[in-house]
Amino acid sequence: MTSGPSAFIPSKEMLKEGPDQDILIESFLSLGRVDHITMVMALHHAYLSCFLRTQHALFELDGPLPHHWRHYIAIMAAARHQCSYLVQQHSAGFLEAGGEESWLSGLEHAPTKLRSLQTLNKLLAHRPWLIAQQHIQELVCPGAEPRWSLAELIHAVILMAHAHSLCSFVWGCGIKPEPDHIGGYTFAPHSPSRLSHSPHSPLADGVMEVEVLMKRMVELQQQQLQQQEEEEEECTQEEMVTRFERERSESIPTGTDMFASHSFMLRLVEDPGFRYEDFAPRGEQAPPTMRAQDYSWEDHGFSLVNRLLPDMGQLLDEKFQVVSDLTYHRMAMHEGVDTYTLRKALWNYIHCLYGIRYDDYDYGSVNVLLERSLKVFVKTVACHPEQTTARVYCSFWRHFRHSEKVHANLIVMEARLQAALLYPLRAITHYMR
Amino acid sequence: MEKMSRVTTALSSNAISGRTMFCHLDAPANAISVCRDATQVVVAGRNIFKIYALEEEQFVEKLNLRVGRKPSLNFSCADVMWHQMEENLLATAATNGAVVTWNLGKPSRNKQDQLFTEHKRTVNKVCFHPTEVYMLLSGSQDGFMKCFDLRKKESVSTFSGQSESVRDVQFSMKDYFTFAASFENGNVQLWDIRRPDRYERMFTAHTGPVFCCDWHPDDRGWLATGGRDKMVKVWDMTTNRPKEIYCVQTIASVARIKWRPERKFHLATCSMMVDHNIYVWDVRRPFIPFATFEEHKDVTTGIVWRHQHDPHFLLSGSKDSTLYQHMFKDATRPVDKANPEGLCFGLLGDLAFAAKESLISSDVNRKPYPGGDRRYPIFFFKKPDPTEQFAHVSSALSVFETDLNSNHMDWFVKTAQLYLLSGKPFAELCDHNAKVAQELKRPQVSTTWTMLRIMFSDPANLTATGPNHNLSSKLGTLPLMNSFSMKEMGTESRLERSKGESRPDNTHLEPGTSHISNNNEENEETEGSEGQAEYMFGDAELDDDELYSMEHDNQTVLLSNTVLSLLPLPNRHEAEVTCLTPIESFSLISISQPLYSPHLPGSFFCPIAREMLSYYAEQGDVQMAVSVLIVLGERIRKEIDDLTQEHWYMSYIDLLQRFELWNVSNEVIKLSTCSAITCLNQASTTLHINCSNCKRPMSNKGWICDRCHQCASVCAVCHHVVKGLFVWCQGCSHGGHLEHIMNWLKSSAHCPAGCGHLCEYT
Repeated sequence: MTSGPSAFIPSKEMLKEGPDQDILIESFLSLGRVDHITMVMALHHAYLSCFLRTQHALFELDGPLPHHWRHYIAIMAAARHQCSYLVQQHSAGFLEAGGEESWLSGLEHAPTKLRSLQTLNKLLAHRPWLIAQQHIQELVCPGAEPRWSLAELIHAVILMAHAHSLCSFVWGCGIKPEPDHIGGYTFAPHSPSRLSHSPHSPLADGVMEVEVLMKRMVELQQQQLQQQEEEEEECTQEEMVTRFERERSESIPTGTDMFASHSFMLRLVEDPGFRYEDFAPRGEQAPPTMRAQDYSWEDHGFSLVNRLLPDMGQLLDEKFQVVSDLTYHRMAMHEGVDTYTLRKALWNYIHCLYGIRYDDYDYGSVNVLLERSLKVFVKTVACHPEQTTARVYCSFWRHFRHSEKVHANLIVMEARLQAALLYPLRAITHYMR
Repeated sequence: MEKMSRVTTALSSNAISGRTMFCHLDAPANAISVCRDATQVVVAGRNIFKIYALEEEQFVEKLNLRVGRKPSLNFSCADVMWHQMEENLLATAATNGAVVTWNLGKPSRNKQDQLFTEHKRTVNKVCFHPTEVYMLLSGSQDGFMKCFDLRKKESVSTFSGQSESVRDVQFSMKDYFTFAASFENGNVQLWDIRRPDRYERMFTAHTGPVFCCDWHPDDRGWLATGGRDKMVKVWDMTTNRPKEIYCVQTIASVARIKWRPERKFHLATCSMMVDHNIYVWDVRRPFIPFATFEEHKDVTTGIVWRHQHDPHFLLSGSKDSTLYQHMFKDATRPVDKANPEGLCFGLLGDLAFAAKESLISSDVNRKPYPGGDRRYPIFFFKKPDPTEQFAHVSSALSVFETDLNSNHMDWFVKTAQLYLLSGKPFAELCDHNAKVAQELKRPQVSTTWTMLRIMFSDPANLTATGPNHNLSSKLGTLPLMNSFSMKEMGTESRLERSKGESRPDNTHLEPGTSHISNNNEENEETEGSEGQAEYMFGDAELDDDELYSMEHDNQTVLLSNTVLSLLPLPNRHEAEVTCLTPIESFSLISISQPLYSPHLPGSFFCPIAREMLSYYAEQGDVQMAVSVLIVLGERIRKEIDDLTQEHWYMSYIDLLQRFELWNVSNEVIKLSTCSAITCLNQASTTLHINCSNCKRPMSNKGWICDRCHQCASVCAVCHHVVKGLFVWCQGCSHGGHLEHIMNWLKSSAHCPAGCGHLCEYT
């Protein structure tokens, strides 16, 4: 096993990319350690600083939920994706905040109020589009026992969504256990994050891939310009819907083998068989799509979050903003490239996997820009993060820098967070109506 | 005047009348627009695009523009506008980025006229030029605004906002060439339609997206904007820099904004989230809406005044799939429900009271204020503004001053400072506090402390006895005593209390214990004479005997400790001991009946203590209530519900802070057991540090400033960084650790830094 924070990225790569020292010092001073997540994220320090701020506000600052509860909710959420890294991180945080140790040995020891989150947690992790008004009502309405207040609930929802998407990042970047974790330097049965590390072998046609992608991006941009000028070749709505549906229901083979996960995590999960399910091909009772124009983060989600949990909306908004604007104007060995269309395609593809559709986006470009191995990676990380393997990580974008792959991971993580948040927020809005 | 006549002609030619009414739409509406003569309204949404005629009593569906079996996304409208000159012309903004115009004069069923698909993303807004027939402007999510000439097939000019997402575009009503655009990043830009290369001016209007803007219909310089930050702002654009002249804070993000016709200062707003009402504000009175319409069940998405010169009709569409016509006379007027009276106590007991003037003057033969008879009536008059339609309330403010001697609060401050609340054994705290109260001439309080001490002192601490060996010998006698005290004290204490209350306060003035013991004797006389008590002896004896023998085994374990236990048993064995060694304080009560109180568990007195606390709190002496609460701690905490405790704490802390007794208030916060209180001093605990050298803020990276690379505040003696108290000479500004400097000055009078200054410290 290589040293360094990630099982996928050689440690000398991390050093070469030269993370910003200051931000690491700052996080060391505030956390007392620089954990592996921070080290990998430090490749994009603009993002790291607002990520740390949000995490700090979620877990440490004033809020409606007691501190140990916050960690416990994060544990419950991380356990759904069998992410032993986060479970252990938050277990430590939970005990530090004065939580009772027995809770960690199983869900049945936790208070009923926390356990009542299980359904929401399950849906949020795997099929958020099923979250409806009555799920909120069950927890919040005056008759509910134990009853959640709206502020508590929204805090819990954000905590869960945060933890779920962070799981995607942990698995997607192959974050290795901390030294004090099981599977770190402690002797214990190995964590499932152990991966056969295949050497990063550039293949001959790898160079070709980059060139092809570059060409396609340029073509696509020109095409759009042309369309403006000629205004013909306009797709029918039928065609647009078909393109969206095709992306959404395209069967991307993701790993199917279930890992035998740690027993300590199994005890924190209820109904472990509940997973992300591919959308049925069109016609077969496809769940309704959410139209981005009808409920968006900018117009609706933000206001709701900020109303119930002051400042949190601002922090999340900033984080989404930073991720969607993050670019170094380069691609693999090319400099000065406008990667906007590629980033947009990634973001919208993930939203598409979660059933969110933009009327004003042509999903045909997803197919053009995202090659199959990348789609496999994105879908695995976004929907079944626990099945990510080094092979999946290595086989896409073979000529890209590791930092660029981490960038892709960040986009996946944030797009997933936003997509997953929108459904419960919409349900809460409907409940408040 | 000229305008007025025009209005009347406009109105008379086609008199607008109607009532508050609504109709159900089949789908949620996104926007509505009304035609020039105010007879028809168009409703557009994702799944609806219809024209309704406004009739006297109802809406009548005139036309469904959404035709075809599978309507394309071009029908999915984000916005709609009816041309104000050409009554057959409509424009819509589609969510897929298309701008579509519709010609109602077309004979076919499909009225679609032109289709512009130049925008790459959703178009948020379309706007016709107010006077030019063929000019249409659109603003899109892709950051571009486009101006179309409807006689041509494509846009004539494109304006780049250099930013994501245009949320609103509005042609100026008065300046032919000007339009305003609002952006998601909080900016508002003004453009000249002839110059697509660059905006004329730009300013930041809101934090977060500016969802809407609207030019004032009459005043050319005024632009109203509304944003996600819940603000409505009115800007004067005639000045060099746009100046914010009015600001209204609403309760939810502002989605639409429309100036009210014929009312210079009125505008209507609705929100995008949570709040479903429509508000009409008078911008000069930003704290309360002038009128509200509360009919909608889901967020209102479109508002429009029915006629551009009639202020009485407002139309609105909503996500709840209804279309409403609101009559202004049916609006709710929040101001009518507002309470124009105000009352506030000053720190030293002064009282300020503001009320409607009419109320005060009518009340001439009111009783004089008992505290002091000085009173300053201050009258405020707002110059009545005829255009302002708010009901006028002129209030009179009266200030009642209290007599300085009758009610001054020195005792409060002294008490707060001198009381000990923790850090010593319970009995000592009580004694100390009793003494403090005594010195401040508050005998009742002092007595209370003493009583508390007696009631709750743990007798086990006073004397150590071997409990086990005399158990058996006590079996006979002890139960008697216990049962007596158990049953008797209930009635007794009540009796005692009622006496205490009926007694006038001034009997307390005489200090000293003799007085108290007198009282007690008095009480006890009556107690002793009660025959009932004796009757109970026998009864209880049996019960207790049984009880006692049953519990016998556990007894040895229980004996030595708990006073809090509800069973009276553990205290029994102390009885004899305390009788043998009378202790001063006990003697107060136990003069005539030495068997009494010391043998009762503290919990027994809890109901009394609780009543006592409530009594003090109700009397306004929340200081006493909280102090006792803290000193008694666990002994009483469970007896009083958390909310009451919290309330007491909050009041006391508030008082302390008004008197600027920060230390005491912090101590109280720290000692409180309510979680809501203890978290008070956990908030905003960040200390921002500036470098002592370059005076700029230090980031939290150790003690070296990253700008000037100097150690912050080095001690002149040990040359290490001072991380705690730093003391320095005001003459030479050298200094260091407090201790080091003190030591240094013992041996030398010169500055330790070697600057030669003769340092002076006070």
